[in-house]
Amino acid sequence: MTREEVLQVADMCKLSLSEEEINIFMGMFTGVMEQVKELDELDTENVEPLYFLNIKDKPYREDVVEESLDREEVLKNAPEEEYGYFKVKKVME
Amino acid sequence: MDITRLTAEEIREKIEKKEVSALEVTRAHLDRIREIDGDLNAFITITEEEALEAAKRVDQKVKNGEKLGKLAGIPVGVKDNIVTKAIRTTAGSKMLENFIPPYDATVIKRIKEEDGIILGKTNLDEFAGSYSTESSYFGPTKNPIDKERVPGGSSGGSTAAVRAHEVALALGSDTGGSNRQPASYCGIVGIKPSYGLVSRYGLIPLSNSLDVVGTFGRNVKDATLLLDVIAGSDINDPSAMEVERVNYLESLQADIKGMRIALPGEYMNMPMDSRVKEKVLEAARLFEKLGAKVEEVSLPHAKYAWATYYLIVVSEISSAMAKYGGVGYGYRTEDYETLDELYIKSRTEGLGEEIKRSIMAGTYILSSQEGKKYYEKAFRVRALIKEDFDRVFETYDVILSPTTPNLPFKLGESVKNPTEMYGSGIFNIPANVAGLCAISVPCGYADGLPVGLQIMGDRFKEINILKAAYAFEAELSLGGEHSGI
Amino acid sequence: MAYKTIVGLEIHVELLTKTKMFCHCKNEFGGDANTHCCPICLGLPGALPKLNKEALEYGIKAGLALNCQIADRVKMDRKHYFYPDLTKGYQISQDDNPLCSKGYLEIESEEGPKKIGIQRIHIEEDTGKSIHTEAGDTLVDYNRAGVPLIEIVTAPDINSGEEARMFLENLKNTLKYIEVSDCKMEEGSLRCDVNINVVDTETGKRTNITELKNLNSFKAVATAIEYEENRHISLLKEGKNTIKETRRWNDVENVTVAMRGKGTTDNYRYAVDVDIPPVTIKEAWIDEIRANLPELPHAKKERFMREYDLPEYDAGVLTQSKELSIFFEETVKLCDDAKQVSNWIMGDVLRRLNDEGIEVGDLKFGPEDLAALLKLINDDKISNNIGKKVLREMFETGKKPEDIVKEKGWIQISDEDELKQIVGKVLEENQQSVIDYKNGKDRALGFIIGQVMKATRGKANPQIVNKLVLEAIEEK
Ligand SMILES: [Mg+2]
Ligand SMILES: [Zn+2]
Repeated sequence: MTREEVLQVADMCKLSLSEEEINIFMGMFTGVMEQVKELDELDTENVEPLYFLNIKDKPYREDVVEESLDREEVLKNAPEEEYGYFKVKKVME
Repeated sequence: MDITRLTAEEIREKIEKKEVSALEVTRAHLDRIREIDGDLNAFITITEEEALEAAKRVDQKVKNGEKLGKLAGIPVGVKDNIVTKAIRTTAGSKMLENFIPPYDATVIKRIKEEDGIILGKTNLDEFAGSYSTESSYFGPTKNPIDKERVPGGSSGGSTAAVRAHEVALALGSDTGGSNRQPASYCGIVGIKPSYGLVSRYGLIPLSNSLDVVGTFGRNVKDATLLLDVIAGSDINDPSAMEVERVNYLESLQADIKGMRIALPGEYMNMPMDSRVKEKVLEAARLFEKLGAKVEEVSLPHAKYAWATYYLIVVSEISSAMAKYGGVGYGYRTEDYETLDELYIKSRTEGLGEEIKRSIMAGTYILSSQEGKKYYEKAFRVRALIKEDFDRVFETYDVILSPTTPNLPFKLGESVKNPTEMYGSGIFNIPANVAGLCAISVPCGYADGLPVGLQIMGDRFKEINILKAAYAFEAELSLGGEHSGI
Repeated sequence: MAYKTIVGLEIHVELLTKTKMFCHCKNEFGGDANTHCCPICLGLPGALPKLNKEALEYGIKAGLALNCQIADRVKMDRKHYFYPDLTKGYQISQDDNPLCSKGYLEIESEEGPKKIGIQRIHIEEDTGKSIHTEAGDTLVDYNRAGVPLIEIVTAPDINSGEEARMFLENLKNTLKYIEVSDCKMEEGSLRCDVNINVVDTETGKRTNITELKNLNSFKAVATAIEYEENRHISLLKEGKNTIKETRRWNDVENVTVAMRGKGTTDNYRYAVDVDIPPVTIKEAWIDEIRANLPELPHAKKERFMREYDLPEYDAGVLTQSKELSIFFEETVKLCDDAKQVSNWIMGDVLRRLNDEGIEVGDLKFGPEDLAALLKLINDDKISNNIGKKVLREMFETGKKPEDIVKEKGWIQISDEDELKQIVGKVLEENQQSVIDYKNGKDRALGFIIGQVMKATRGKANPQIVNKLVLEAIEEK
């Protein structure tokens, strides 16, 4: 596992790492892959992946409008807001 | 009479008989919290005002002779990853330090409908992502039995609060043992329901194919009472199932003669503290004495449970944590020049080390070709693990094992020895992977530290594990009064 | 040297469900910012999605109308990326099991009918909308977050800008017919991205694919494709190649401009969304949806030719939009002459619509009014020419044709005695024309009739005038 790969992963999940952390992750990813290789012992070609434990007959809902939140509630947790909008202050794109 | 020593069942009874008012019960517990929680740190937020209001409403009902809810006047603690309307819900993270949800989780609605009194939000590992409650942004919780030790986690705040009589009941959540391991470490009862028995609506997700909301009490009946209130399908959680309603509490009276109990060889041969093993074997003999049939069984895919669990859990954590970026809610960094910087700084500053490790691992797995292959494979192996259990449950009613392979470790020790901490969930994760129900019930003390017995049952067969635990508890008569504060 | 342009389209279409895809909030264009939001579409911690059955049904409808196969089981996936208009850090979409696949839509290309393949149609949720203020801040409105979309991906079967435009017209028409979307590009309910490259058919050399964004009209799509086509060809001619990149259409300068990117390819880290249990799509459900599909443009065109005996061209024009075809049929119901109705609609009505850039739905009058107008003409109450003037008034004011005619005093003069007098007067004043006509100059008759019409300000019944003039000349 290279330093580059670790940095690429960090970029994808938007985290910044210290030098120490980069080293830790290089080791950790290698370790993780070693551990999960344990599963190679199993032949699962004919096994369907079990993503859903609970399957329903009608897992959907009807198309009926219900009340939305008041705007005040919607914006209550916003770090910044303006004119009823969520705001992200000037950024370079 | 020390009100805080009463069981949940007794509290409700006394309120109904007007021997004590809900307000008195609430005040007694709030006093208790004020007295000991500064040291224990089981709570992140105490909702004194709301609790007193709720208690007054219950007393009014009593006065008017109205029908009382199942939890009337009973003080309840709520793990702080379950959202509460207008009450700060932090998930133990700096990221959500000031987050005020505009809605109640379904389980909270149900508790309120049954007149339960919520006293506050309990401490937990950040986003419920660990096993010791030390990764909380709000500091670690101590184990009331031995304050130098961890209460376990991630529901450590809830289990410590119940154990220390700050509340009679509490809600937790369980992704890989978070309702059972801390119950075991604090010597109380913790129930992890089957995946889909209880609505997850309002449970802040860690790993959404494994997470469930569970309950705690100082005895089986109390924990069952709370489960009875929160169980049941919910239009707001499409994966919560419509299952036949069983009256758990009534069925607890039944004896367990003829119950078929399995003891998996693979589990008993895993490395564990010999004192724990001893207690569990003792428990098995006790079940035989009660008329149950205990036999050794094999779960051939048991050894793959950890890798399977790990792949699923970190992948799902990385996805669940993607919403925390400082735009709509949550922590936002002070200054940033670019959008990328806004995300990176907010997340790096707002999230703790442990959760970041999981995010990194999960992102790596989902983004790399090889990782993705194992992600998918994990869900295939999950099917095999579930088949193992399906086979056992064709013949057996419940499966016994230790709740944890070890005893509560000391605060700070997990940093030195993370393997031991993660290893403490080794017997718990299979139930999450297969969606089974499980309970941890105290089965004695080793050198003053509690040992938990895990009883697992088939999906939606909660009644079997509750019956077994109730009969066992009655026979062992440990109660919740053994030691500690 | 010969070059072949290869174009594939990715089209996002907002569905006209009443509520959003995973919550009960209103699905509505506009509205005050952040007023159609709830814990689910805001992506608040703990909220869970609830799939809207109608969104699924609309997706299936679109699939059937576009000749697709429908999946027998639907699951949803998470597509991860960070952007402020995305509330959860992932979009709920479909990765490896799209709802519909392997369809096609036919267009009339220069070489005749041509099938454009539809590789897949999947359902997904829309994002919120960001506005960039003059100060450079970004303001985000989540009213659109969670609105159901279908993403339609075509095969690279399109070979020119014009074909792309035709495909889009047909697609829009079809989706509007089945009422799953209003397809308003200006409101963003239909958005189209283009993938284009060019192959040198002699050497087999291909350019790298360019992705085009910010195309805000069908015309822009066609023009941008033509622009890119030329850019790719000239690079090929120079022995160069394009770089794989995304370019933005600048509709002021009519050029494409490279978009700034980090150069890394996106990695969306797709994962199954286990919060949304899979839906089994039973054959019976598909059959029911199919049975309830409205008549599609092509079938309607054929029926119009059969039922109303219209020429293919007329039938084609009238069925190009559902509203227009309905307007036509409603009018015909009240007024038997289908060809006459077709002529009026294809002529004056459509011309006016095109001139003003409005749609049938924006008209101030309905089919019953057009029918009333035609009745006035057919009953000889007004002339054809006056009829056109009346129609113009109807466009402006929406008044009933009878009222317009009355107000303006345009009722046709059919009273023979009154007209005889006028005819007599006109002949008196134009004796030379009478002589000319008698000498065999047929044109002179037209002039005389014209003068009579002029004298009556167009109100005279032309047939009667014709008869009276001839009679009067005979008598002379
Ligand atoms: Mg898309
Ligand atoms: Zn909503």
